[in-house]
Amino acid sequence: MAITSDAQFHVLAVDDSLIDRMLIERLLKTSSFHVTAVDSATKALKFLGLVEDDMRTFDTPSVASKFHQDVEVNLIITDYCMPGMTGYDLLRKIKESKSLKDIPVVIMSSENVPSRINRCLEEGAEEFFLKPVQQSDVNKLKPHLLK
Amino acid sequence: MDVMVQLQRQLFDYTASLFHEGFLDEQFNQLQQLQDESNPDFVVEVVTLFFEDAERLLNELTNALSQENIDFRRLDAHVHQLKGSSSSIGAQRIHTVCISFRNSCEEQNVEGCLKSLQQVKHEYSTVKSKLETLFKVRRSGPFLVRVLICNIEMTYGETDFGCRGVSVLGSVI
Repeated sequence: MAITSDAQFHVLAVDDSLIDRMLIERLLKTSSFHVTAVDSATKALKFLGLVEDDMRTFDTPSVASKFHQDVEVNLIITDYCMPGMTGYDLLRKIKESKSLKDIPVVIMSSENVPSRINRCLEEGAEEFFLKPVQQSDVNKLKPHLLK
Repeated sequence: MDVMVQLQRQLFDYTASLFHEGFLDEQFNQLQQLQDESNPDFVVEVVTLFFEDAERLLNELTNALSQENIDFRRLDAHVHQLKGSSSSIGAQRIHTVCISFRNSCEEQNVEGCLKSLQQVKHEYSTVKSKLETLFKVRRSGPFLVRVLICNIEMTYGETDFGCRGVSVLGSVI
Protein backbone atom coordinates (compact mmCIF):
# COMPACT_ATOMS: atom_id res chain seq x y z
CA MET A 1 0.00 0.00 0.00
CA ALA A 2 1.56 3.29 -1.09
CA ILE A 3 1.83 6.01 1.52
CA THR A 4 0.45 9.18 0.02
CA SER A 5 1.14 12.69 1.22
CA ASP A 6 -2.49 13.11 2.28
CA ALA A 7 -2.76 10.03 4.49
CA GLN A 8 -5.64 10.34 6.91
CA PHE A 9 -4.83 12.06 10.17
CA HIS A 10 -6.44 10.96 13.42
CA VAL A 11 -7.79 13.69 15.66
CA LEU A 12 -8.88 13.17 19.25
CA ALA A 13 -11.62 15.67 20.14
CA VAL A 14 -12.46 16.36 23.79
CA ASP A 15 -15.59 18.26 24.86
CA ASP A 16 -18.17 17.70 27.60
CA SER A 17 -20.94 19.24 25.46
CA LEU A 18 -22.65 16.71 23.19
CA ILE A 19 -23.69 19.40 20.73
CA ASP A 20 -20.16 20.75 20.46
CA ARG A 21 -18.79 17.23 20.05
CA MET A 22 -21.19 16.65 17.15
CA LEU A 23 -20.15 19.91 15.57
CA ILE A 24 -16.41 19.45 15.87
CA GLU A 25 -16.66 15.88 14.68
CA ARG A 26 -18.60 16.95 11.57
CA LEU A 27 -16.21 19.85 10.91
CA LEU A 28 -13.18 17.57 11.19
CA LYS A 29 -14.72 14.84 9.05
CA THR A 30 -15.53 17.26 6.23
CA SER A 31 -11.79 18.00 6.25
CA SER A 32 -11.10 14.27 5.86
CA PHE A 33 -9.83 13.71 9.37
CA HIS A 34 -10.48 10.46 11.16
CA VAL A 35 -12.08 11.44 14.48
CA THR A 36 -12.44 10.00 17.96
CA ALA A 37 -14.58 12.15 20.27
CA VAL A 38 -14.63 11.77 24.05
CA ASP A 39 -16.52 13.71 26.70
CA SER A 40 -13.83 14.24 29.32
CA ALA A 41 -10.12 14.86 29.78
CA THR A 42 -9.86 11.70 31.88
CA LYS A 43 -11.28 9.63 29.03
CA ALA A 44 -8.89 11.36 26.65
CA LEU A 45 -5.89 10.41 28.79
CA LYS A 46 -7.17 6.87 29.03
CA PHE A 47 -7.52 6.70 25.26
CA LEU A 48 -4.01 8.04 24.87
CA GLY A 49 -2.68 5.32 27.15
CA LEU A 50 -1.87 7.52 30.14
CA VAL A 51 -3.62 5.68 32.92
CA GLU A 52 -4.38 6.88 36.49
CA ASP A 53 -1.44 5.16 38.24
CA ASP A 54 1.08 6.53 35.84
CA MET A 55 0.06 10.14 35.83
CA ARG A 56 2.45 10.62 38.70
CA THR A 57 5.37 9.35 36.69
CA PHE A 58 4.15 11.12 33.55
CA ASP A 59 5.04 8.14 31.49
CA THR A 60 3.19 5.27 29.93
CA PRO A 61 3.72 1.80 31.44
CA SER A 62 4.70 -1.07 29.17
CA VAL A 63 1.15 -2.44 29.00
CA ALA A 64 -0.43 0.88 28.09
CA SER A 65 2.43 1.62 25.70
CA LYS A 66 1.39 -1.38 23.67
CA PHE A 67 -2.16 0.03 23.50
CA HIS A 68 -0.78 3.44 22.70
CA GLN A 69 1.22 2.12 19.78
CA ASP A 70 -1.93 0.68 18.20
CA VAL A 71 -3.77 3.97 18.55
CA GLU A 72 -2.02 6.79 16.83
CA VAL A 73 -3.29 10.27 17.47
CA ASN A 74 -1.95 13.08 15.30
CA LEU A 75 -3.70 16.00 16.98
CA ILE A 76 -5.74 16.70 20.08
CA ILE A 77 -8.43 19.37 20.11
CA THR A 78 -9.98 20.10 23.47
CA ASP A 79 -12.50 22.39 25.12
CA TYR A 80 -11.05 24.56 27.87
CA CYS A 81 -13.97 24.60 30.36
CA MET A 82 -14.82 21.08 31.40
CA PRO A 83 -15.93 19.73 34.77
CA GLY A 84 -13.21 17.86 36.66
CA MET A 85 -10.05 18.11 34.61
CA THR A 86 -9.98 21.18 32.38
CA GLY A 87 -8.56 21.39 28.88
CA TYR A 88 -5.64 23.29 30.34
CA ASP A 89 -4.88 20.47 32.80
CA LEU A 90 -5.08 18.01 29.90
CA LEU A 91 -2.68 20.14 27.88
CA ARG A 92 -0.19 20.16 30.76
CA LYS A 93 -0.41 16.41 31.27
CA ILE A 94 0.22 15.82 27.58
CA LYS A 95 3.20 18.19 27.45
CA GLU A 96 4.67 16.58 30.57
CA SER A 97 4.43 13.09 29.08
CA LYS A 98 7.51 11.78 27.29
CA SER A 99 5.43 9.77 24.85
CA LEU A 100 2.72 12.33 24.17
CA LYS A 101 4.42 15.73 24.32
CA ASP A 102 4.96 15.99 20.58
CA ILE A 103 1.30 15.64 19.72
CA PRO A 104 -0.04 19.08 18.75
CA VAL A 105 -2.81 20.32 21.04
CA VAL A 106 -5.45 22.90 20.17
CA ILE A 107 -7.69 24.55 22.76
CA MET A 108 -11.27 25.72 22.16
CA SER A 109 -13.19 28.11 24.36
CA SER A 110 -16.43 30.07 24.23
CA GLU A 111 -14.76 32.86 26.21
CA ASN A 112 -12.31 35.36 24.84
CA VAL A 113 -10.03 35.82 27.84
CA PRO A 114 -6.55 37.02 26.77
CA SER A 115 -4.82 35.75 29.91
CA ARG A 116 -6.36 32.32 29.36
CA ILE A 117 -5.29 32.29 25.71
CA ASN A 118 -1.73 33.30 26.61
CA ARG A 119 -1.48 30.72 29.35
CA CYS A 120 -2.48 27.95 26.94
CA LEU A 121 -0.12 29.09 24.22
CA GLU A 122 2.71 29.36 26.75
CA GLU A 123 1.98 25.85 27.93
CA GLY A 124 2.46 24.62 24.37
CA ALA A 125 -0.93 24.77 22.67
CA GLU A 126 -0.58 25.27 18.92
CA GLU A 127 -3.79 27.23 18.45
CA PHE A 128 -6.63 28.66 20.47
CA PHE A 129 -10.03 28.65 18.75
CA LEU A 130 -12.99 30.69 19.90
CA LYS A 131 -16.27 28.82 19.82
CA PRO A 132 -18.29 28.24 17.79
CA VAL A 133 -15.44 26.72 15.82
CA GLN A 134 -15.59 27.44 12.09
CA GLN A 135 -14.45 25.58 8.99
CA SER A 136 -11.80 28.29 8.56
CA ASP A 137 -10.36 27.34 11.98
CA VAL A 138 -10.23 23.65 11.08
CA ASN A 139 -8.45 24.58 7.84
CA LYS A 140 -5.59 25.91 10.02
CA LEU A 141 -4.92 22.47 11.48
CA LYS A 142 -3.22 20.65 8.62
CA PRO A 143 0.01 22.71 8.72
CA HIS A 144 0.50 21.69 12.37
CA LEU A 145 0.18 18.06 11.38
CA LEU A 146 2.58 18.23 8.49
CA LYS A 147 5.45 19.58 10.60
CA MET B 1 -47.61 31.43 -10.57
CA ASP B 2 -46.48 27.82 -10.20
CA VAL B 3 -47.45 26.51 -6.75
CA MET B 4 -44.05 24.98 -6.04
CA VAL B 5 -42.29 28.23 -6.92
CA GLN B 6 -44.69 30.11 -4.66
CA LEU B 7 -44.06 27.74 -1.78
CA GLN B 8 -40.33 27.85 -2.30
CA ARG B 9 -40.54 31.61 -2.18
CA GLN B 10 -42.51 31.48 1.09
CA LEU B 11 -40.00 29.09 2.62
CA PHE B 12 -37.16 31.33 1.49
CA ASP B 13 -38.85 34.37 3.00
CA TYR B 14 -39.67 32.60 6.24
CA THR B 15 -36.12 31.37 6.72
CA ALA B 16 -34.73 34.78 5.83
CA SER B 17 -37.04 36.43 8.35
CA LEU B 18 -35.63 34.25 11.13
CA PHE B 19 -32.22 35.72 10.40
CA HIS B 20 -33.56 39.21 9.86
CA GLU B 21 -35.37 39.22 13.21
CA GLY B 22 -32.30 37.96 15.03
CA PHE B 23 -33.61 34.55 16.03
CA LEU B 24 -30.82 32.90 14.09
CA ASP B 25 -27.34 34.08 13.24
CA GLU B 26 -24.54 33.10 10.86
CA GLN B 27 -23.73 29.99 12.90
CA PHE B 28 -27.01 28.42 11.73
CA ASN B 29 -25.76 28.84 8.16
CA GLN B 30 -22.58 27.05 9.19
CA LEU B 31 -24.71 24.12 10.36
CA GLN B 32 -26.52 24.05 7.00
CA GLN B 33 -23.17 23.91 5.23
CA LEU B 34 -22.14 20.86 7.25
CA GLN B 35 -25.17 18.97 5.97
CA ASP B 36 -24.74 16.91 2.80
CA GLU B 37 -25.88 13.67 1.14
CA SER B 38 -23.88 11.59 3.61
CA ASN B 39 -25.35 13.53 6.57
CA PRO B 40 -28.75 14.66 5.31
CA ASP B 41 -30.30 15.15 8.76
CA PHE B 42 -27.43 16.88 10.45
CA VAL B 43 -29.21 20.16 11.15
CA VAL B 44 -32.36 18.53 12.52
CA GLU B 45 -30.27 16.18 14.68
CA VAL B 46 -28.17 18.94 16.21
CA VAL B 47 -31.13 21.24 16.77
CA THR B 48 -33.17 18.42 18.33
CA LEU B 49 -30.29 17.75 20.71
CA PHE B 50 -30.22 21.42 21.52
CA PHE B 51 -33.96 21.38 22.37
CA GLU B 52 -33.46 18.45 24.75
CA ASP B 53 -30.43 20.01 26.34
CA ALA B 54 -32.06 23.43 26.69
CA GLU B 55 -35.17 22.00 28.31
CA ARG B 56 -33.07 20.11 30.81
CA LEU B 57 -31.10 23.26 31.61
CA LEU B 58 -34.22 25.43 31.93
CA ASN B 59 -35.60 22.94 34.45
CA GLU B 60 -32.34 23.01 36.38
CA LEU B 61 -32.36 26.80 36.37
CA THR B 62 -35.96 26.97 37.57
CA ASN B 63 -35.12 24.50 40.29
CA ALA B 64 -31.97 26.33 41.35
CA LEU B 65 -33.78 29.67 41.58
CA SER B 66 -36.58 28.22 43.67
CA GLN B 67 -34.21 27.18 46.45
CA GLU B 68 -34.13 29.08 49.71
CA ASN B 69 -30.38 29.47 49.54
CA ILE B 70 -29.58 30.02 45.89
CA ASP B 71 -26.37 28.47 44.71
CA PHE B 72 -25.22 31.14 42.25
CA ARG B 73 -22.22 29.16 41.13
CA ARG B 74 -24.38 26.23 40.12
CA LEU B 75 -26.79 28.63 38.46
CA ASP B 76 -23.97 30.26 36.52
CA ALA B 77 -22.63 26.88 35.43
CA HIS B 78 -25.99 25.97 33.89
CA VAL B 79 -26.35 29.36 32.17
CA HIS B 80 -22.82 28.97 30.82
CA GLN B 81 -23.82 25.65 29.27
CA LEU B 82 -26.97 27.11 27.73
CA LYS B 83 -25.02 30.09 26.45
CA GLY B 84 -22.53 27.75 24.81
CA SER B 85 -25.00 25.42 23.16
CA SER B 86 -27.25 28.24 21.90
CA SER B 87 -24.19 29.91 20.38
CA SER B 88 -23.18 26.62 18.75
CA ILE B 89 -26.45 26.31 16.85
CA GLY B 90 -26.89 30.00 16.09
CA ALA B 91 -29.81 30.70 18.45
CA GLN B 92 -28.78 34.32 18.82
CA ARG B 93 -31.50 35.71 21.08
CA ILE B 94 -31.10 32.95 23.64
CA HIS B 95 -27.36 33.54 23.63
CA THR B 96 -27.87 37.26 24.24
CA VAL B 97 -30.18 36.73 27.21
CA CYS B 98 -27.69 34.26 28.68
CA ILE B 99 -25.04 36.97 28.72
CA SER B 100 -27.10 39.25 30.94
CA PHE B 101 -28.23 36.23 32.95
CA ARG B 102 -24.59 35.46 33.75
CA ASN B 103 -24.04 39.06 34.84
CA SER B 104 -26.95 38.74 37.28
CA CYS B 105 -25.48 35.49 38.61
CA GLU B 106 -22.14 37.18 39.16
CA GLU B 107 -23.82 40.04 41.03
CA GLN B 108 -25.93 37.51 42.95
CA ASN B 109 -28.93 39.54 41.82
CA VAL B 110 -31.98 37.32 42.35
CA GLU B 111 -34.40 39.75 40.72
CA GLY B 112 -32.17 39.97 37.65
CA CYS B 113 -31.83 36.21 37.48
CA LEU B 114 -35.56 35.65 37.67
CA LYS B 115 -36.15 38.19 34.94
CA SER B 116 -33.49 36.60 32.73
CA LEU B 117 -34.94 33.16 33.31
CA GLN B 118 -38.35 34.35 32.21
CA GLN B 119 -36.83 35.99 29.14
CA VAL B 120 -34.80 32.96 28.17
CA LYS B 121 -37.83 30.70 28.51
CA HIS B 122 -39.76 33.00 26.23
CA GLU B 123 -36.99 33.19 23.66
CA TYR B 124 -36.54 29.45 23.78
CA SER B 125 -40.19 28.62 23.16
CA THR B 126 -40.35 31.15 20.32
CA VAL B 127 -37.30 29.91 18.46
CA LYS B 128 -38.29 26.30 19.08
CA SER B 129 -41.67 26.83 17.48
CA LYS B 130 -40.13 28.66 14.53
CA LEU B 131 -37.50 25.99 13.92
CA GLU B 132 -40.09 23.24 14.23
CA THR B 133 -42.17 25.02 11.62
CA LEU B 134 -39.15 25.28 9.36
CA PHE B 135 -38.32 21.59 9.70
CA LYS B 136 -41.92 20.51 9.27
CA VAL B 137 -42.22 22.46 6.04
CA ARG B 138 -38.90 21.18 4.74
CA ARG B 139 -39.80 17.60 5.50
CA SER B 140 -43.29 17.75 4.11
CA GLY B 141 -42.36 17.36 0.44
CA PRO B 142 -45.48 16.38 -1.47
CA PHE B 143 -47.70 17.47 1.40
CA LEU B 144 -46.23 20.94 1.34
CA VAL B 145 -49.37 22.51 -0.01
CA ARG B 146 -51.72 21.01 2.58
CA VAL B 147 -49.45 21.77 5.51
CA LEU B 148 -48.93 25.36 4.49
CA ILE B 149 -52.57 26.04 3.92
CA CYS B 150 -53.77 24.41 7.11
CA ASN B 151 -51.30 24.98 9.86
CA ILE B 152 -48.45 27.28 9.39
CA GLU B 153 -48.28 30.86 10.39
CA MET B 154 -45.61 32.48 8.38
CA THR B 155 -44.18 35.90 8.63
CA TYR B 156 -42.71 37.53 5.63
CA GLY B 157 -40.09 40.10 6.19
CA GLU B 158 -38.19 42.30 3.79
CA THR B 159 -35.60 40.02 2.34
CA ASP B 160 -32.38 41.02 0.74
CA PHE B 161 -30.33 37.96 1.51
CA GLY B 162 -29.06 37.25 -2.01
CA CYS B 163 -26.61 34.36 -2.13
CA ARG B 164 -26.96 33.39 1.49
CA GLY B 165 -30.70 32.99 1.12
CA VAL B 166 -30.21 30.86 -1.96
CA SER B 167 -27.68 28.60 -0.29
CA VAL B 168 -30.08 28.07 2.61
CA LEU B 169 -32.88 27.30 0.19
CA GLY B 170 -30.62 25.09 -1.91
CA SER B 171 -29.98 22.79 1.01
CA VAL B 172 -33.62 22.81 2.02
CA ILE B 173 -35.35 21.55 -1.10
